[in-house]
Amino acid sequence: MLQEKISRRDFLKTSGALIVTFSIANPAAEAATQLPAAAKTVALDQVDGFLAIDSTGKVTVFSGKVDLGTGIYTALTQIAAEELAVPMDKVELIQGDTLLTPDQGPTYGSLSIQIGGMQLRQAAATAREALLGRAAEKLGVARDKLYAKDGQIMPLGGGKSISYGQLVGGKHFEMKVDAKAPTKNPATYTIVGKSVSRLDIPDKVTGKFTYMQDFKRRGMLHARVVRPAAMKASLLAVDDSQAKKIPGYVTTVRKGNFLAVVAKNEWAAIRAASAVKAQWSDWQGLPDKARLWDYVRKTKVNKSEELQKTGNPAEAMKTAARTLNATYDFAIHTHGSLGPSCAVAEFKGGKLTYWTASQATHLLRKQMANMLQMAEADVRCIYLEGSGCYGRNGHEDAAADAALLAKELGKPVRVQWMRADEHGWDPKGPPTLLDYRAALDDNGYPVAWESEVFIPDRPKQIAVTLVAAELAGLPKEDAHPGNIHQSLAIPYTIPNIKATAHWLAETPFRPSWIRTPGRMQNTYGNECFIDECAAAAGIDPLEYRRRSLKDPRGLEVVERLARLANWQPGSGRKPASGDIVTGRGVSYIKYELVRTYVGVVADVTVNRQTGKIKVDRFYVAHDCGQIINPDGLKNQIEGNVVQTISRTLIEDLQFNRSTVTSLDWKTYPILTFPDVPEIVIDLIDRPTEKPWGAGEPTAAVVPSAISNAVYDAIGVRLRSVPFTPDKVLAALEKA
Amino acid sequence: MVTTLTLQVNGKSHKIRTDDPQMPLLYALRNDLDLHGPHFGCGLAQCGACTVHVDGQAVRSCSYPVAKAAGKKIVTLEGLGTPQKLHPLQKAFIEEQAVQCGYCINGMIMQAAAFLKTNKHPTEEQIKQALADNLCRCGTHVRIVRAVKRASGMMA
Ligand code: FES
Ligand code: FES
Repeated sequence: MLQEKISRRDFLKTSGALIVTFSIANPAAEAATQLPAAAKTVALDQVDGFLAIDSTGKVTVFSGKVDLGTGIYTALTQIAAEELAVPMDKVELIQGDTLLTPDQGPTYGSLSIQIGGMQLRQAAATAREALLGRAAEKLGVARDKLYAKDGQIMPLGGGKSISYGQLVGGKHFEMKVDAKAPTKNPATYTIVGKSVSRLDIPDKVTGKFTYMQDFKRRGMLHARVVRPAAMKASLLAVDDSQAKKIPGYVTTVRKGNFLAVVAKNEWAAIRAASAVKAQWSDWQGLPDKARLWDYVRKTKVNKSEELQKTGNPAEAMKTAARTLNATYDFAIHTHGSLGPSCAVAEFKGGKLTYWTASQATHLLRKQMANMLQMAEADVRCIYLEGSGCYGRNGHEDAAADAALLAKELGKPVRVQWMRADEHGWDPKGPPTLLDYRAALDDNGYPVAWESEVFIPDRPKQIAVTLVAAELAGLPKEDAHPGNIHQSLAIPYTIPNIKATAHWLAETPFRPSWIRTPGRMQNTYGNECFIDECAAAAGIDPLEYRRRSLKDPRGLEVVERLARLANWQPGSGRKPASGDIVTGRGVSYIKYELVRTYVGVVADVTVNRQTGKIKVDRFYVAHDCGQIINPDGLKNQIEGNVVQTISRTLIEDLQFNRSTVTSLDWKTYPILTFPDVPEIVIDLIDRPTEKPWGAGEPTAAVVPSAISNAVYDAIGVRLRSVPFTPDKVLAALEKA
Repeated sequence: MVTTLTLQVNGKSHKIRTDDPQMPLLYALRNDLDLHGPHFGCGLAQCGACTVHVDGQAVRSCSYPVAKAAGKKIVTLEGLGTPQKLHPLQKAFIEEQAVQCGYCINGMIMQAAAFLKTNKHPTEEQIKQALADNLCRCGTHVRIVRAVKRASGMMA
């Protein structure tokens, strides 16, 4: 089905006619949408950038934001259908195609609804208003006596109506998106705010869905990459005599340190890749894992940046009744997508087309054009959904591998990374170190607060170096870790605050963003340390936060959380006895201080003998403004909780001086079913407010809630993620 | 040496040609038969994404030689049920919306289908144990457990 869609999209190039559309939900209903031969605009300020309506009234939405397994395909369809006043099954969505969709920026930062969805809403509102205007003329009825419903415009008092299909009939709108076009009154919503079933799920549970990994091109060759034995080793020699004996072997491609084997079929490619004997130079430039935090602390600081400054904390500390300090660290994580990255690329007539599960089709096109020194206009990047990626994982790199090979061979090439490639070579969430100091007043509340985070520096351009460009010595960008300074600033009212980011000159692995980048690490530090302050003051930690908050929406979240979890205020820890003890911890965030509010309570059980922590329950109170799809939102929140428990309790990338040694699920385990908690969610819907993102904020508060709960249970502070049994036992030993 | 094998997949007989009888069944299903249900996740029998049924047993097709599968009854996600005629597990996964990216879901459904044959009324704990070796990176677990429970109710 998807293959058909792709071939239809190809048709665009040959005939000049825009023929797109397909239905995820109902392939039988697939009908081609014919639009005029003029090239489709992808301009962000044009209605035609986002929407097309054919003569049957079918709507095609062009979205630069893509569904990474989060359900936004459905949510964006809801937004468009609602604002255009058409049934959802009249709307089809094309996502992430540099030829067809506007550049709405990468799909990251929990911005798909907040930014992408609102751009789409405004374009749809503009289109609906234009249709009303045209209908008024055609019907000879005053515009304010007309309304839009089910793809029709009709007079309020009844009478002759006219359909969208008749009004636009496959023509372009040729108008700018009007920022002032009135959007629908949320009180009249019939689609937005409803738990509409996700459109992709029926195909995904029956094997009908075409993931990136399932996509094929005619005449396609299969490749496997052979990565350096040590991360920055040089390729000294290649012996592919054994590989050549494998039936189906086509060729070995070597470009600098880039090495790949190509075969006619997939299994031959896998066998041939393991039969190639490559000799690599010795390289041992990684830091000693056992002394990672010393290494981070000693790394050269390129610059220090004040992120929040109120009053003079240093001065206030001198005279305070009580001061405390703590240091936290957060391990290196891999994205660990369940399906290793995959891409298909094709090079024809000087033009490159590739299919990828990249979260950033437009950005990747830039990088690809730079790597291959081509004009951007000659590069087309088409998104196909892959395995969930939670940030910039290996998808882009697989695409660069495929593009390099396709250009070399002049045939379509599919590159599928193996498990070890994904674990070993996806860019990593960098190690993060945080220092805190606070001073408490006579009532036990902070009078001064200082935080410092040590994180890898950011080049100007937000991109992550492509592995193929690096290995082959081609033009490349410097790696950017994401805006990982965010959320170090705190939401609490404290008279003297200073939050500082120290941007470091280097970091062990190619850094990138993984779900809640920086915000997770910084919030972990903030919310553990505020808990330490509350404990030092002997004040209930939830009450402590409530008293330090002024924001009414934040206060409502905390209050609803207290009710949801049936929080019993106490002062400090209950003394526990026995080996199996329970505790609960609280945490709160206002994401980046400007959007989504989340409060959580974690209930944990700790085994003092084994050091094992089990999270039994998570309570989540969540306010992201207007909710588009409540069940889809809950699905995201649950994913945030479970994935982050895994990261907090288990995950820690292993490496030696040469390379990553966490190369599979045994050496990099993740949380499994028996350890998954119950999750209880209270959604605070604010239909008249702006919708904000939910793909990341809940994850930010998970590590601190667990650390605080463990303190409640066994009286020790865990300040080093992951909270492995060894660390728990060591902390108990020291206590 | 090219050998021809006959695979019985989803009630139909298919002839496939391979140079290597040790090739994992997964590649025959995905590439020769163009089935998208079973996925490549690790190739190491660690994640479950590639799970299919061989003679009624859930097996990890990434680590199961194709020659060994010849002559046996193979069922993939596509054979379990279709959009028109859903298996109760597929129906339950839709009703519970138990999918995020969905890459793992083939394994969850196929593993659960084999499990529900041996335990018709499982508790939540038993479902979690039965799926303990199936990985999901998106954190869809709570819904998956609910979906399996719901399916067991439908099948009872
Ligand atoms: S792909 Fe077979 S178990 Fe992971
Ligand atoms: S739903 Fe994405 S891996 Fe399970």
